[in-house]
Amino acid sequence: MATTTGTAEPAAPTDGEGVRRRDFIEIAAVSAAGVGALATLVPLISQMAPSKDVLAESTTEVDLSAIEPGQAIKTMFRKQPLFVRNLTQKEIAEADAVPLSELRDPQTLQERTKEGHENWLITMGVCTHLGCVPLGAGEGEIRGEFGGYFCPCHGSAYDTAARIRKGPAPKNLEVPQYEFTSDTKILVG
Amino acid sequence: MSFPWARHYEPKAPLMRYLDEKLPLPRLVYNAVGGGYPVPRNLNYMWNFGVLAGFCLVLQIVTGVILAMHYAANAGVAFDSIEHIMRDVNWGWLIRYAHANGAAFFFAVIYLHIFRGFFYGSYKAPREMVWLLGVVIFLLLMATGFMGYVLPWGQMSFWGAKVITGLFGAIPLVGEPIQIWLLGGFAPDNAALNRFFSLHYLLPFVIAGVVILHIWALHIPGSSNPTGVEVKSESDTVPFHPYYTAKDGFGLGVFLILYFLVVFFLPNSLGHPDNYIPANPLSTPALIVPEWYFWPFYAILRAFTTDFILPAKLWGVLAMFASILVWFFLPWLDKSPVRSGHYRPLFRKFFYILVVDVLVLGYCGGSHAEEPYLMISQLATAYYFLHFLVILPIVSMIERPEPLPFSITEAVLGEDKQAALGESGQPAVSGSAN
Repeated sequence: MATTTGTAEPAAPTDGEGVRRRDFIEIAAVSAAGVGALATLVPLISQMAPSKDVLAESTTEVDLSAIEPGQAIKTMFRKQPLFVRNLTQKEIAEADAVPLSELRDPQTLQERTKEGHENWLITMGVCTHLGCVPLGAGEGEIRGEFGGYFCPCHGSAYDTAARIRKGPAPKNLEVPQYEFTSDTKILVG
Repeated sequence: MSFPWARHYEPKAPLMRYLDEKLPLPRLVYNAVGGGYPVPRNLNYMWNFGVLAGFCLVLQIVTGVILAMHYAANAGVAFDSIEHIMRDVNWGWLIRYAHANGAAFFFAVIYLHIFRGFFYGSYKAPREMVWLLGVVIFLLLMATGFMGYVLPWGQMSFWGAKVITGLFGAIPLVGEPIQIWLLGGFAPDNAALNRFFSLHYLLPFVIAGVVILHIWALHIPGSSNPTGVEVKSESDTVPFHPYYTAKDGFGLGVFLILYFLVVFFLPNSLGHPDNYIPANPLSTPALIVPEWYFWPFYAILRAFTTDFILPAKLWGVLAMFASILVWFFLPWLDKSPVRSGHYRPLFRKFFYILVVDVLVLGYCGGSHAEEPYLMISQLATAYYFLHFLVILPIVSMIERPEPLPFSITEAVLGEDKQAALGESGQPAVSGSAN
């Protein structure tokens, strides 16, 4: 600044109200660059979100016809285990008998199943504690003291409606969004 | 490291004072590209290209790191992973086009930067080291650009890898083993693709390191300027910030407009359609040429068609490498004490002939290897070496340069403005002297 500016500018308004032309240009130019830089962040950040091919795999169709009452299967939904269980009348009765006040994450079995399909318990096979796969869906696996699922990592026990009853997990096993496309088929996601 | 009148960094906020004591990073920035770096007041827009090249390096590293998150360096899936980036990854098309065209613009900027140096004698003492480091950066840039072009594993990628590693096959006796070692096989395959990816990721950071040395070496004598007359007093300089941050900012704006015009509207115009065909070791594309920024060197490579003592193939390779290595000797080939082409009438003519010569080489390098392009490349190659090895030394001996201005200030304000230097030659301290 020592040599060039200063005298080149018309004298600044003395009342202090006006904005000098150069101040305006400077603020406008730097603001435009700032807005541009912020806009650049959109592609740079969102490229890390799930890509189109990942999203295309985000619905899964499951055929229920081969699952007998008392049986369960493990399948995949969004690269994670999905438990599909055909509850027996006894298991439904056990779940219904539990007062909501005893539950850590109070929900009835009706709220966790679809109307008219109360025997179909569809949950993620992901423990709500730290994400292990609970036991209980496979043939001969331990089902824990409440007869549902049992997570071997840290000992969370789920009941026949896959609600958390004991151990460190904070929530019931998550029920994903799904719908019955026919009596024997569901579309998850 | 700087002129005695350089402003000193004086942090006022307590936090900045604390930081300056513990880790003087703001001081470093202030002295490098802030108010503490006095720069000749007469730099023209040709001096924008250093900052633009630095911007391109950052652009390539940012987009490249992102592409590496989605790319798979495996010969079986590399091509498909590029299509995955183009079709599936959010904004993947933009990031890939920005990276591919970013390379082309990087080279365009670098060539303008180099030819700025040629014309204004920026390579001369006391800035030889700046120049030598610049040539090193250019060589690293060529290696990085080449290896990046191989990664999509299309036809041009594959055959580019084959041809360029074939250059090393021209070395007598050990050539073929070296080529096989470079590829990790007898032809480009998974081993070559993986090592190229690894090095393509590494080299930009090596370049960034050499760029720091380049700037460090530059800041010892300070920037050159269009007159080539060294800075004499404070009135010859202005602080880098805000004067050249603003000027470079304007240049960057123009650059970004041109760059995004290509990225958004002509994204494939600088590439070859054949590279959208997956690599096929059994079929060579009809026209196998590198990207445009390698054309002049490719023309030199192909200009040697007959054996003369050594095999033609070896001559071509030697000449191609020599065409860049000769730049290392430039500070000692051009002995003229006058830096700027502005004051060297004879040098100036030959400079423009060299520009035309390199453009001709580029045109021939992008054409089919047939007449008349071969003969033209041979003549242009001969002239290229003649320029550096014969014409420059002779011109610097016989030329009578035009009178130089006494100082940068005089060149800017005219001879009758001696007052700007202040009384008794003391540097002026305020703008009121104007």
